[in-house]
Amino acid sequence: MARIDVRKTYKLYIGGAFPRSESGYSYEVNDSKGKFVANAALASRKDVRDAVVAARGAFRGWSSRTAYNRGQVVYRIAEVMEDRRPQFEEAIRQSEGATAAAARNQVDQAVDRLVWYAGWADKLAQVIGNANPVAGPFFNHTAPEPTGVVAVLAPQASSLLGLVSVVAPVIVTGNTSVVVSSYARPLPAVTFAEVLATSDVPGGVINILTGDAATLGPWLAAHMDVNAIDLVGVAGSAELATSLEVAAADNLKRVRRAPGAEPDWTADPGLSGMTAFVEAKTVWHPIGI
Amino acid sequence: MPTTAPTDPHPGLAAYSEVTASEASLRRFLHGLPGVDQVGAEARAAGLGTRSIKTTAKAWAIDLAIRMVDLTTLEGQDTPGKVRALGAKALHPDPADPSCPSTAAVCVYGDLVGEVKAIVGDRVNVAAVATAFPSGRASMAIKLADTRDAVAAGADEIDMVIDRGAFLAGHYLQVFEEIVAVREACARPDGTHAHLKVIFETGELQTYDNVRRASWLAMLAGTDFIKTSTGKVQPAATLPVTLVMLEAVRDFREATGVQIGVKPAGGIKTTKDAIKYLVMVNEIAGEDWLDPDWFRFGASTLLNDLLMQRTKLTTGRYSGPDYFTLD
Repeated sequence: MARIDVRKTYKLYIGGAFPRSESGYSYEVNDSKGKFVANAALASRKDVRDAVVAARGAFRGWSSRTAYNRGQVVYRIAEVMEDRRPQFEEAIRQSEGATAAAARNQVDQAVDRLVWYAGWADKLAQVIGNANPVAGPFFNHTAPEPTGVVAVLAPQASSLLGLVSVVAPVIVTGNTSVVVSSYARPLPAVTFAEVLATSDVPGGVINILTGDAATLGPWLAAHMDVNAIDLVGVAGSAELATSLEVAAADNLKRVRRAPGAEPDWTADPGLSGMTAFVEAKTVWHPIGI
Repeated sequence: MPTTAPTDPHPGLAAYSEVTASEASLRRFLHGLPGVDQVGAEARAAGLGTRSIKTTAKAWAIDLAIRMVDLTTLEGQDTPGKVRALGAKALHPDPADPSCPSTAAVCVYGDLVGEVKAIVGDRVNVAAVATAFPSGRASMAIKLADTRDAVAAGADEIDMVIDRGAFLAGHYLQVFEEIVAVREACARPDGTHAHLKVIFETGELQTYDNVRRASWLAMLAGTDFIKTSTGKVQPAATLPVTLVMLEAVRDFREATGVQIGVKPAGGIKTTKDAIKYLVMVNEIAGEDWLDPDWFRFGASTLLNDLLMQRTKLTTGRYSGPDYFTLD
């Protein structure tokens, strides 16, 4: 007798826990050929609300850790991901229709990307900070500070490498995040949430909502307690992206604008992912007294 | 699960004069009150907490809840500046929205009544805690002096604590006489009197039966309000405790025709909690109690959450704690 499949219904990841969507809805996730794979929770605006509260609650602790420690925590995510390779590879093969070799390659790159950003944690300040020459008896220096709670609409196509490439730069500088995963390809994000739960990332630093960026985006963009938003997940829908930018203007959110098409995630990411979500703090310190 | 008041064919408070005549009769009466079904009370409170209140009903409930808040600060570190700021907040909880109602009162320690009064005048009541709050462990003379001072300073309402030690030891008449004495101390020279609220500290009373007894005891002694807790002891206000007290005031009005108010205090932090209480007030005591004169919330952080929810309803977007004062 054939064994009966275990049909999974995944949940959200909010505040270090795995709650069901407050709405009670879930949606079917199909593989690239249209065959049913699993159910994913369909996040609603109330899950957005809860996730923002969790992210805000985690911000003080996370941002006050040393940069070195944050780097170690991000490195630890890469370690745990490495242990989950088969699960990630299968999820990528199913959702993106990739070959085994391509899936393996994408997981390699995602792990490498995390390690790369982990290394930047305690080096960004040296590169974009400065000791400013001023005409007065002051030591004047500028250093990057985290912005706060950052909403991330994750890329729709690249379900793991794209996700890691937008989440890692946000948290490594001390922000906390609310991430809306790819709608059609949420399973790598779900597995990533399980990795986060078993690594050293404090609850609430990364919250992952599976659901529709077009539905949840407006709530995040208008939310007065969200300090910045990355719109890459709505790349290609110019009208939606513009309306989100308008909604984000109310509390002067930092906005990383949606590109015309999803970028090539295998390219060198540069520093813009990190610099988009930090603020420059300049300190005037009296000297020579 | 309605409980019938201990029988008295003739309504009116006077009919209970015999009950309170001696320690023995008072004890007999209080212990003769029907027991509270603990499981039933908790299930009923939890059941009422599942009601869904949305849109216009929610907007109405939020405004009512704001009008019912006794904005409270009872810390050793309270400064005149802090309580003045709190007074200003009570007058205009949301400075950005003039349609936002004022709170019912500001609740402070007795020595700070004058500071608040200078800010709020007669537009918002000033409540003072008295009688050696929060423990209630002091001599009678001190408790009464405490009360008179606050009344003389202009307090509109006095929140007194009962002597839980005496109550738990079964010295009901002592507690009764204390409430009567404090009530007399609430009198002003012009014949009016400051509103008296009696705090039971239900977290220390151990059982729902005791909460019911304390409620009747205080009501017979002539209080205007019964209040759950000081906010200094955990658990503070809970839904089942408030349910028992609401049943008591309902039964008391049926028996005597006298309406008494209820004030849960401590631990009510979110709009969702507050709305659960309002649903319970409506279902248990009745619509007559859905009024700031008869139901209050003793709270500090609750107000900001109410304001955030109110802003969400009017603007259509979620608000954040950055936009409201810290207090």
